[in-house]
This record gives sequence, C-alpha cells and structure tokens, in this order.
Amino acid sequence: MKAALAQTAPHLARVEANLSQHEETVTRAVAAGAELVVFPELSLTGYLLMEATPEVAITLDSPTMDRLRELSRQAAITVGFVEEAVGGRFFNAAAFLDGGELLHVHRKVYLPSHGLFDETRHFAMGDRMRVFDTRFGRVGMLVCRDFWHLGPAYVLACQDVDVMCVLSASPGRGAESGAGRFESTSSVSLLGDLYARSFGCHVLHCSRGGVEEGVTFAGGSEAFGPSGERLVRGADEEPDLVLVDIDPEARRAARLRMPFLKEERPHLILRELQRVLAERTAPRY
Amino acid sequence: MSSPSGPPLDTELAERVLVRFLREEAGRASFRRLVLGLSGGIDSAVAACLAARAVGTENVICIAMPWKDSNPESLVHGRLVADGAGLALDVVDLTAAAEGLLRELPAPTPHRIGNVLARLRMVTLWDRSFAEHALVVGTTNKTELLLGYGTMHGDLASALNPIGYVYKCQLRALARHLDVPQAVIDKPPSADLTPGQTDEDDLGFTYDEADAVLERMVERRESPQAIVAAGHDPVIVESIRRRVVRNQYKRRGPLIAKLSRRTIGWEFRYPRDWQT
Repeated sequence: MKAALAQTAPHLARVEANLSQHEETVTRAVAAGAELVVFPELSLTGYLLMEATPEVAITLDSPTMDRLRELSRQAAITVGFVEEAVGGRFFNAAAFLDGGELLHVHRKVYLPSHGLFDETRHFAMGDRMRVFDTRFGRVGMLVCRDFWHLGPAYVLACQDVDVMCVLSASPGRGAESGAGRFESTSSVSLLGDLYARSFGCHVLHCSRGGVEEGVTFAGGSEAFGPSGERLVRGADEEPDLVLVDIDPEARRAARLRMPFLKEERPHLILRELQRVLAERTAPRY
Repeated sequence: MSSPSGPPLDTELAERVLVRFLREEAGRASFRRLVLGLSGGIDSAVAACLAARAVGTENVICIAMPWKDSNPESLVHGRLVADGAGLALDVVDLTAAAEGLLRELPAPTPHRIGNVLARLRMVTLWDRSFAEHALVVGTTNKTELLLGYGTMHGDLASALNPIGYVYKCQLRALARHLDVPQAVIDKPPSADLTPGQTDEDDLGFTYDEADAVLERMVERRESPQAIVAAGHDPVIVESIRRRVVRNQYKRRGPLIAKLSRRTIGWEFRYPRDWQT
C-alpha cells in the first residue's frame, strides 16, 4: 500500500479554500499511486484560529463533511478540522474517511495551553483513544500533542494498532543549535522512531508547513517502519507531498523478531496506575 | 566575572525562516513589495538583505532619511549596504520638515529632537507604503524591543518585523552570513539621533552584556539573583530588568477601557492573518 503525507500550508480560517486544497492534493497523490492521504492537524482551517474557532467549525453531517466523504472515494484520507458537537463543545478533531464513508473521528485528548499554545481556551478535551479497522489494517489516530504524551500511543498499541496516523501543526522554535532545522522537531522524530519499534507498527506523521501569524510551522513529516526505521522525510517548513510504501509483512517480521506486544502486561500497568493514583490523592495533612 | 556572550544562531535556518516569513506574510496581506528605512546600521542592513531575498531586489524600496545633524558616514554606509545587496537607494532629506516642525515646538531637547526625527521617518515610510503598495519592514531587534530602546510610533512602527526575535549578538552573525559590508558590522551601533551618540553609551552597558543577561532572564527565565550569582554585575542586571519591565507599554498597543462584552484584545482576539 502506498500512503501520502500531504504536508500542506492551510489558509487561516478559510474552509472553502482549504477544501479545494484538499481536493487538489488528493488528485495529485492518487496520480502518484497513493491509496491513503494523511493531512495535518486542522488542515481544513489552519492552526492559530483564536476566536475564529467556532466560525470555522463543522458538524459531522455538514455539507463540508459530505464533500470530504465524496473526496474519499478517490483515496482514504485523514483530515484535521474543528468539530462542532452537541452542548456547545468544539473539538480539535481528526476524521478518517474511505470509500465515501466517515470511519472514525479522533478528538485531541491533550490540549497544550502554555507558551504560545492556548488550546483549552477554545477546545473541549477529547476522551477516547480508539482504533478502527480499515482495508490497510488497524488504524489509530493521534493529533499533535497526543503524540508527545506516552499514554495515547500506548493505549493504541494495547488495541493492536497497525498504522498510527499522527496529524500535527508544530510551531518551529529554537534556532540556536546549528543543526539546520528547528530544535522542536528532534523530539518528534525520536518519538516516531520509539513508538514504531516498541509497538511494531507503522507511524505516519504529517506535520504542516507554511507561516501563520509570524509562526513558521516545522514541516518535516516522517514515516517510520515497524523496526523504527525512518522511511521518508518531508521538506522542512515548506509544503510537500511525500509518498511512502507501507508493507504489512514488515510488521509481522518485526513483531516476530521483537514480540513486545505479546509480552506486554496492560493489566499490571493498570493495577499499578490505580495504586499510584489512589496514593497520590490521599491527603498528606 | 563570566565573559558575557549571548545565544548563538543557526544562520542558515534563520535566513530560510525569516525570508519565508517576509514573503508569505506579505503575500497573505496581498502585498508583493516591501519598503524600509536604511540607516547605514547593521539592523536595517540585515532587514534589507532579507527583504531582497524574499521579494526580489526590484520589489524592495530602500530609503535613507538623513537630516542636517546626521553623521555623513551613515549615508555612505547605507549606500554600501544597498549596493552590496543590489538595491536602489532613495534619499529623502528630512532637514526642512524637521526644522519646520521643531520651530513650532517649545524648546526641543536633543532627546525630543531624536523622537521627532524617528517619527518623521515613520511618516515617510508609511507614505511610500501607501503610494507604492509596499509593506513597511521593521528593523528593531529583540535586544532593543526588550530594553525598550526605540521610539514608539517611530522606528518601532512596522507592518512586518523579520528581526524582532533576533538578539543583537545574533544579528552580527546573521549579517556576516548575509554578506553585509564589514564596515557596517564593525562600527559601534548608534541611533545617530545626536552627533557622536552610541547606543552603548546611552544604555550604560554593552550589547554583549545585555544579550547575555537577557538570554538568561527571558529565554531561560532565571531570577536576577541567579544571573548575578553566575557572575554578572548586579547594577547592570537591575538596570536591564527595570528597562524590560518599564518599557512593556512600548511592546503593546494602547489599553482599551472595558465596557462592552467583547473588547478588542480580550474577547475579540483574532489572528492578524485572519482569513488570509
């Protein structure tokens, strides 16, 4: 199976323009042989939305989502968008669509709100980390900061995830090192390598490029094979379309060689976590 | 006493990011041209080189704006920078405008004359901005922004500032990388508002000292006590801390009295690149 990392630079708060950008990108990716096209976080809206968040939000039964369903007849797609849900809640969400159907929605569970991030001001927190079966195997999605915390990837692994799709918008920061790219990108690379080799899965990480509000997004999308090997890397900072072959046999071979999942003990981890939390909540004074 | 040095800079990455910033942000606002004041100093030289790479030399308007008391060397260096970067240089002499205005003002002091000149330069740049559909590029660096060493609505005014997050010591490295003429890099920084003035005399400390202290204070969030313990002069550390705090107003827009439900800057908080 061939996947594409669609490292776009979305227009800020212009859903219609971004929808066209998705359609053009899918056409190009399909022409190059892609069956799955992974778009970045908030690919339909841009990232630094502030109070424009509710203005670009869509519901799952909106005409915009219908157009994305239609687009998914050409190739399976992951799309980042603002979901308007019941109760006046807005989620930083990722949709997986294939064959004209919406197969899954992941709502970002870790909302960074420090430094230049202000996500809890605008978004409600997602509370699920689920996998779903597709024609490419079992897929799990994470949005940006979900990937930095170790828990979500672990929970997906405990559900036997085959392909981890990560949608990111990473503001580039740190230009002192001399390594030729933003220092913030190196942690993400390490995590992709780690999760792929620990869980014997593929990691498809799409990280947007372009500039918004003076912030340059890091780009550098990456795909990792199930032994932690980096398969491709997109351009730094600028838009790119990166193609990668995903071989299910490589996962089988990696898991035979290093059967971490077979030997994983989630019940033990759960029991110990419950103990830790019970002890932590006990009053000290 | 530790030898003061500010943070290093990946100059290749900085050039790539800052050029892209100018090109994309100008494009978002539907501008293809940029305009900036060329003082003959290192900051505007770096900004001009970045602007030339971003939109092409033919789309950058550089203006030198001397007046009668300006150091003639400033204009010479401005030409050197423009020639080196392949840019045309316009000269607008502000003497008549400044003298005309100063005649109407009560007993102007050198400091106030400096502010008047800085604001006349702003008026000149914004006029060209409107006339030629070109965005005004800022030339204030991070050290100056943090210390508040600039004139509000004067040299601090701009539409896009590519070097506002680059410390003075990093700018020297970036200037060398961008082939800014050596004479411009080596000369003592001066606002050239009064004859013989240098920034470091004005401030009471060197830019190297300031950058070393500011990096600890701002980037690493160290306390003044920790910075002094690391070997920095307590008087200079306190002077820098006070400047950073006192000049916060220069880094923000005017305060708006809260009365309605959605006040601009609080509840009405939209990105500047909204729907671009």
